[in-house]
Amino acid sequence: MKTLFKRMTMPGWLSFIGIIIVVAIALLAPVIAPNDPMETSPERILKELDGYPMGCDQMGQCFFSRLVYGARLSLIIGFASRFAALIIGLAVGMCAGYFGGKVDWLLMRVVDMFLAFPSLLLSIAVSMAMGSGMGTVIFAIAIVGWAEMARIIRAATLELRSAEYVVAAKTLGASHLRIILTHILPNCLPLITVIFTMGIATAVLSEASLSFLGLGVDPALPTWGGMVATGKDYMLRFPGLVFYPGACIAFLVIIFNILGDELRDILDPSRRGNL
Amino acid sequence: MIEFTLRRITATIPVLLGILLVAFTVLYLIPGDPALTVAGPRADETTLKQIRAEMGLDLPVHMRFFNYLQKICKGDFGESVISGKPVLTSLTEKLPFTLKLALISILFSTVLGIVMGIVGAVTKGKLIDRLCTLFSVSGISIPVFLSGLVFLYVFAVKLKWFPSSGFNAENSLMPFILPAFTLGIRSAAFLARIVRSSMIEVLNQDFIRTAKAKGLSPLRILFRHGLLNALIPIITVIGLDLSSYLNGSVIVETIYDLPGIGRYAMEAISQRDYPVVQGVVLLGAMVFIGVNLLIDLFYAWINPKVRDEILGKLAK
Repeated sequence: MKTLFKRMTMPGWLSFIGIIIVVAIALLAPVIAPNDPMETSPERILKELDGYPMGCDQMGQCFFSRLVYGARLSLIIGFASRFAALIIGLAVGMCAGYFGGKVDWLLMRVVDMFLAFPSLLLSIAVSMAMGSGMGTVIFAIAIVGWAEMARIIRAATLELRSAEYVVAAKTLGASHLRIILTHILPNCLPLITVIFTMGIATAVLSEASLSFLGLGVDPALPTWGGMVATGKDYMLRFPGLVFYPGACIAFLVIIFNILGDELRDILDPSRRGNL
Repeated sequence: MIEFTLRRITATIPVLLGILLVAFTVLYLIPGDPALTVAGPRADETTLKQIRAEMGLDLPVHMRFFNYLQKICKGDFGESVISGKPVLTSLTEKLPFTLKLALISILFSTVLGIVMGIVGAVTKGKLIDRLCTLFSVSGISIPVFLSGLVFLYVFAVKLKWFPSSGFNAENSLMPFILPAFTLGIRSAAFLARIVRSSMIEVLNQDFIRTAKAKGLSPLRILFRHGLLNALIPIITVIGLDLSSYLNGSVIVETIYDLPGIGRYAMEAISQRDYPVVQGVVLLGAMVFIGVNLLIDLFYAWINPKVRDEILGKLAK
């Protein structure tokens, strides 16, 4: 951990600070936002008013408050879907890599299958089938993300399987579960941190795309993707309605990507420069 | 080579079956009774039963899956719930537009990605390299719908360089340029990263030093000795990235109003026309598998050493 902080470069620190700021904004949203983000009013539509820092949107909702609350949903869905994907990816990847043989062959064909789907389209199909809601969005994003994770974790497990301490544990009669949990999993942790962080960027982007297409959470809830979608009809007169939420998405995704790259260079030098 | 081709093709069969199974499962899980949609809300119970029997909805799950497979093999992707037109017919009608869009943007992203990647690798650590890296990080981070809307606003509405929307037969290239640019930026950024890292790796090799010692021109070294040897990861990434064009076309074609597969899918999404969405998803997965099959065959053809490697990967 100490070396991690020591070796972090400037862009890494900046993105780390950026993430802390966004998380703080999301946590403190009720304090920062001056108004209720979901309170609509026909009198306030597209007007600049006192007490509404960035004016009101096409529904008369406080635009600034919606931006602030939007950070919450992006982060929650980004983290939760990534976490769900990680659990599936870990289980599948470790089983495939550790047991090898037929188990590996079968599991990897399932992974290939999920990798073959166009990711956004699979998410769209899943969220259409399941109906809208937070759970659906998290599931729809996790179901396209786990396969890539499983593939990377399998490769790492495959290498660790023949490590001397694993062979030693096996000779001592340790159970499979014990070997996986106490010997392989801890050694995969740096790799897991890297792919988890890098994946959050993709997950945030997917959530924004789904919300943009109207397949995300309830459209009344403040999401950045949804704000771009509803704002685009007013873009010619009020480009800010599209630009600000869009810039928020881009900012969040960029800082997660930079931090992910940084962590990869530090924790997993063998994959330096790869995606 | 023939044996390799056959084995590589057989390896795609389980994946294809699995993809159809996933598509079928999602269709099976979708809420609502398809028979009710066909019959209309006022149909009585006997009519409903009859329609269910006709559509094979009363059969056990595995039989339904089997029927589904049979239909797909015959090229029957079902009919649109809204227009009643067969999905496959509509797909083939709209494919040329999306194909044209994808080809232009692949051309653009490949050229831009390779140039940026090489420039980054050559100027490694300098300001130009930093700028290239910044471009590629932003390129993969900025959502397609945002860059699409911003380009539309700046280049079509404000500067009026391009038509803002719509497709007309007279001017067959112009309407595609801005969408292709929007679509290609992400892939260019993605490619630039890969090209940069694989070029850096290749440029550190002994044969590059030898070529330099021989006094060959820097450009020759860069392209002939460098890029040619970095080509395999580059082609792999272009192949893997193909499905992102279909993802992106859903958004880009909607924003720029192009009558391709993406907008067809988008309309189907908003109308909850499930057979159409499923058809597009299947098409995307099949294209992905097909292209990656071709890429593997191509590698094996140009470099026999790769054959064993790919076969080894399949057996694992």
